[in-house]
Amino acid sequence: MINYISSATIPILILIIIIYGIIEKNKTYDTFLEGAKEGIDIVLKLLPTLIGIFVAVGALRSSGIIDLIIKLLEPVINIVKIPVQIMPLALLRPISGSASMGIAVDIMKHYGVDSFIGLITSTIMGSTETTLYTIAIYTSCVGIKKTRFILLAALLADIAGMVSSVIIWQILS
Amino acid sequence: MLNILWPVFIVISFLYALFSGNVDKLNESIFQSVSDAVQLSITLLGTICLWNGIMEIVKKTTLINKLTKMLNPIIKYLFPDLRNNEQAKAEISMNIVANILGLGNAATPLGLKAMKTMQKENLKKDVLTDSMAIFIVMNTASLQLIPTNVIAIRSSLDSQNPTTIIFPVWIATVIAAIVGIIAIKIIIRRVKQ
Repeated sequence: MINYISSATIPILILIIIIYGIIEKNKTYDTFLEGAKEGIDIVLKLLPTLIGIFVAVGALRSSGIIDLIIKLLEPVINIVKIPVQIMPLALLRPISGSASMGIAVDIMKHYGVDSFIGLITSTIMGSTETTLYTIAIYTSCVGIKKTRFILLAALLADIAGMVSSVIIWQILS
Repeated sequence: MLNILWPVFIVISFLYALFSGNVDKLNESIFQSVSDAVQLSITLLGTICLWNGIMEIVKKTTLINKLTKMLNPIIKYLFPDLRNNEQAKAEISMNIVANILGLGNAATPLGLKAMKTMQKENLKKDVLTDSMAIFIVMNTASLQLIPTNVIAIRSSLDSQNPTTIIFPVWIATVIAAIVGIIAIKIIIRRVKQ
């Protein structure tokens, strides 16, 4: 059932959009090409970031230091019920989008993309945002310095998203 | 932030590799990482172009306006202070719809516009209003129908079923958003007392 919903979402969404485009007499194919062209720009701008981050994150793994950090953090982490292997991602996710993407790819390659750890990693990446960055741009654009307690609320939301990702896959697998 | 993190990552892991004897592995990983980044970009290129093209059709139709209207009751409930600020409410709903559809580059400008509209009625210009706080927390909970990037990453890593995470992602996102909103509402009430 869950697999069916997951597999059907993209085709159904595309179908609705295209039919909607036809009903409103839009030149759907031309419009599609126009948008698709912009995609190239997005990815080209992303490539340097990915190279920088992947080298740094790959070095953390291959040098063995990440295993050391995981070992040191283990007692603390066991309290939150998040698997230790995912901890580097959980720590970086609110801070940097590209760095957490690098960590996520590294984790999925190391433990297997369809493994328990790999699935949790994917779910965390899909269900959380780069919280600190979002708060920074939204407050600085109107010149606000006193952000009250939104960081606390946003981080609680992130933790809730991560813990639920873990629990969901514990139930499903 | 990354101007601190990036060099720190490199310095500590390169130094650690030199002293722990993992320097061969490190050397190999440097070049492996570079080609991984290129390979991921190529996979992302396909998915992102496809998605951007489909979403361009959404932008050209009235679909966003329709979805925005459906959000009205939720907006009214979440932002009681914006009762008389129709413009702010419209911009907030459009930002949420754009986020849900994964139109990241459309969502952010709309969100910033909503912030500016709310700032006009803000009496203390350097302090967030309640509505602004709720709005930002909602934006930090990634409300997204299709997590395109993650799906692209999964298929670049040869996943058996790249989209299997969609449903779990929905549940996790909704839980995160609800927790965030409840937390900020409680905090706002506490501070007022």
